Amino acid sequence: MVEQSTSKSTIGKSVLRKEDKRFITGKGNYTDDINIRGQAYAYFVRSPVAHAHIKSIDVSAAQAAEDVIKVLTGIEVAADGLGALPCGWMVHSKDGSEMKQPFHPVMAGSKVNYVGEPVALVVAETYLAAKNAAELVEVDYDDLDAVVNVLDAQGAPDIYEDVPGNTAFNWELGEREATLEAIDKAPHVTKIRLVNNRLIPNALEPRAAISDYNTGTDELTLYTTSQNPHMVRLVFTAFVQLAPEHKLRIIAPDVGGGFGSKIFIYSEETAISWASMKLGIPIKWTAERSESFLTDAHGRDHVSDAELAMDDDGKFLALHVKTTANMGAYLSLFASAVPTYLYGTLMAGQYKTPNVYVEVDAVYTNTAPVDAYRGAGRPEATYLLERIVESAAREMNLDPVELRRRNFIQPEDFPYQTPVALEYDIGDYEASLAKALDMAGYSEFPARKEEAAARGKLRGIGFSCYIEACGLAPSQMAGSLGAGVGLWESGEVRVNPTGSVTVLTGSHSHGQGHETTFAQLVASKLGISVDDVEVLHGDTGKMDFGMGTYGSRSLSVGGSALSKASDKVIAKGKKIAAHMMKSDADDIDFNDGEFTVRDSNLSKTFQEIAFAAYVPHDYPLDELEPGLSEKAFYDPVNFTYPAGTHICEVEIDPDTGVVEIVKFTAVDDFGTIINPMIVEGQVHGGIAQGIGQALMEACVYDETGQLQTGSYMDYCMPRADDLPNFDVAMTCTPCTHNPVGAKGCGEAGAIGSPPAIINAVTDAIGVMDIDMPATPERVWRAIQEAGRA
Amino acid sequence: MYDFNYHKPQTIEDAIRLFTESEDGVYLAGGHTLIPAMKVRLRAPSDLIDISCIEGLSGISEESGSLVVGALTTHDAVASSDIVARAIPALAELAGGIGDAQVRNRGTMGGSVANSDPAADYPAAVLGLGASIRTNKREIDANEFFTGMFETALEEDEIIQAIAYPIMESAAYVKFPNPASRYATVGVFITRHGDDIKVAITGAAASVFRCDEMESALTADFSVDALNGIELDSEDMNNDMHASNEYRAHLCVVMAKRAVAKMLA
Repeated sequence: MVEQSTSKSTIGKSVLRKEDKRFITGKGNYTDDINIRGQAYAYFVRSPVAHAHIKSIDVSAAQAAEDVIKVLTGIEVAADGLGALPCGWMVHSKDGSEMKQPFHPVMAGSKVNYVGEPVALVVAETYLAAKNAAELVEVDYDDLDAVVNVLDAQGAPDIYEDVPGNTAFNWELGEREATLEAIDKAPHVTKIRLVNNRLIPNALEPRAAISDYNTGTDELTLYTTSQNPHMVRLVFTAFVQLAPEHKLRIIAPDVGGGFGSKIFIYSEETAISWASMKLGIPIKWTAERSESFLTDAHGRDHVSDAELAMDDDGKFLALHVKTTANMGAYLSLFASAVPTYLYGTLMAGQYKTPNVYVEVDAVYTNTAPVDAYRGAGRPEATYLLERIVESAAREMNLDPVELRRRNFIQPEDFPYQTPVALEYDIGDYEASLAKALDMAGYSEFPARKEEAAARGKLRGIGFSCYIEACGLAPSQMAGSLGAGVGLWESGEVRVNPTGSVTVLTGSHSHGQGHETTFAQLVASKLGISVDDVEVLHGDTGKMDFGMGTYGSRSLSVGGSALSKASDKVIAKGKKIAAHMMKSDADDIDFNDGEFTVRDSNLSKTFQEIAFAAYVPHDYPLDELEPGLSEKAFYDPVNFTYPAGTHICEVEIDPDTGVVEIVKFTAVDDFGTIINPMIVEGQVHGGIAQGIGQALMEACVYDETGQLQTGSYMDYCMPRADDLPNFDVAMTCTPCTHNPVGAKGCGEAGAIGSPPAIINAVTDAIGVMDIDMPATPERVWRAIQEAGRA
Repeated sequence: MYDFNYHKPQTIEDAIRLFTESEDGVYLAGGHTLIPAMKVRLRAPSDLIDISCIEGLSGISEESGSLVVGALTTHDAVASSDIVARAIPALAELAGGIGDAQVRNRGTMGGSVANSDPAADYPAAVLGLGASIRTNKREIDANEFFTGMFETALEEDEIIQAIAYPIMESAAYVKFPNPASRYATVGVFITRHGDDIKVAITGAAASVFRCDEMESALTADFSVDALNGIELDSEDMNNDMHASNEYRAHLCVVMAKRAVAKMLA
């Protein structure tokens, strides 16, 4: 736990975000704001078809165009022997075989596998010249039938010779026999089939990069919109084989949103790095919005069947889930982990279901790669589980709240080993449910429903009691499950001679507010002002190797590293203080920024100790090195398990099918909270994305693999006036195994909200099923079919 | 955007001359349909003829029973005009519901009407109010003006100067916006002047149209219930991923009922 007794602590206080001054005054420094003298501009030629052999590529006209420096193609990528863009998580099929991974080239030279796949790169003096010349590149395609639909993929002709049945893997988790037997014998079995709709991430800032190769030093600097710059460097060296790691510097400056989409190693950033090295000039590329739609890794895209077995009292006996997951055309960096270890492992939810068995077929299609998107696997698991639990309650004629309560894991059950690999350390699910019910006014819901009916509106209420596994991740556990890397985090607390502090973290902020939260954490540990702490991140040339930000991991893992580093600073400070006050380090107390000799009036301030460390005139040089700067690497011993209850109340206009969310309540247990304002902001953003998925957003390809929702004219992003006010509150059971007590809050909103919304919609209409997004027409049709018009 | 020649004529005559002399010229008013299409390279005109400096093409006035709006009047100017609010409040409301504030500050009435987008709002008002489209050559009756998807009766050398809307006893516009683009999935403009009832529907078909069935029902009995049981033929209606033709046909009646209810309120 973070010490909260000190008067200078800001833990739990809504300190205004330190980074906002520069963001709201236009002083942010995003990748596209950066320009390097002599830079050229890149534009990519992309496949207009979903599936085809490339017969030839003729660049002569483009190469001859005005201001064009060089046109490079996938053929040259292959000739230069560039490695594949990798998937970093090995998943094994039921028979023990390794997942089947097609070669993912930096640019396609012989075959294209989705619309938008890069084929060639034009480097020119101006962006317009590059874009115009790109139209002169002539690619002769020999079209093949496209595989688009996730359910058709396994029966379609093979996209890749070495991937039979277009199947990357068929994976399982849990006890098959025991689960199926329990379902066979159970008196009640609820069945459900549902689609988890495909989404396009839509970060506010499109991807961008500038590659700058220095021919004098052989060093490549890449400025890029990354959530994990060290991972970019590692992949460039170890997989793509561009350059040795010590000759690469990756800088991710201010980044405007990621939601997962900026974790991955993409063609474009890699190709311009290669081109900069080849041509010896800096090259800039910024995605146009339509390129973001086509090529940012998409999210979700599952079709699932599930069965939930219960006894006569509604006690859960077994759950069987069978999912087909769309991987798109290639396995992106994290893709294989998303529908497996971030999905199947969550199927116990908040419940004591003794038998759970999950099987997942991951299939390839001629669509953009699908990878982690806010929540990554956990929204899909939560959606399935909380939909089937709601259906079960209706079939059993039980209050959905009561059914959940009968099955909750109780506070005394922790640590709780689930049948799907995870061991939950702590939680209190009744506490968040009870608080949410109270805030939502559940007991008065029937009166509200009646009043709405008098106005001709259908009112419904829906619940979602979610759990997630965050704080990615205990390295040994992740390694045993197939992860190619460790998932610890690094942190450094660098005390300056005058006592201010520079903090370096391997986490990366792309909107999360780390510069404030981490400053609060370190300042509170050291008893100094938040204003005296500066947090730096996102530069492989400055900080130790780090794993970046995703999976709600920054505070619980990155913050824990900083907590440990702060402890080391304090420990060294005590030794210095002991020397200066002629005492023993064991007799020094540190509180509120003061080193005190116990039971005396002797003390030294943190600033005095810092100064002494750098001007060591009165200093134990025979025992200690000068300076006051400490590093720590923190590897968590377990995942963290944020959990909570979301309750959604809707009113539906039966004439149009329009769903209005009239009340949304979220009560979350994130463990210790450093900055409530930032946490609430994270929850708001997550719920907004959940509402988008539930009611508005759908990525649609036509049967030939053309993206139909390639702009905001057709892809429906939620806007402020589509959203209600959110009632958000917290409960707290601090994480038992990290020094901060934090569990993570970044994804909960997107994980918890979609099933609550859909459960409310189906409750209002009086049907069991409706697919996301519950658009007005879908809802109107469901009402027609339910005979309630 | 591809390169193009830019012209800023001061008179209609110059504008038309530039247009006829250009290889593939296009008039630029507010540009809020044209420029986005040019940015994504869906349109590549050789010449842009910016008519924004031609005098006398904007402004709002009332003349003998009609509201006259200059072609270059922005949506925001219509939405916030006291004259429009007094004469035809439904028109002000329609204008205030187009796009977003940025679009309303630049987009013009003449540009929208000349473009004849099947999902635009203004065509419903033009047809529903029985307006006259005043060009440099003639006056065109609303019933003759919209000839198809993105097609109008305008000739090559013809520019809209103003639109004259007869002031009706009452009028209302209700639309069902596409949740993504917020264009009209269906928009219904109804007017009543004595026994003269007009129902104009945008968004539902290739072009704005008058709905005879609803007009006769409402002429017989101007009430919400008069529209009960009306089922429009959906065969020729637009069908896309946002709304099927059946759903659009249904929405036409729902929006019409809401417009009538508004007029009776």
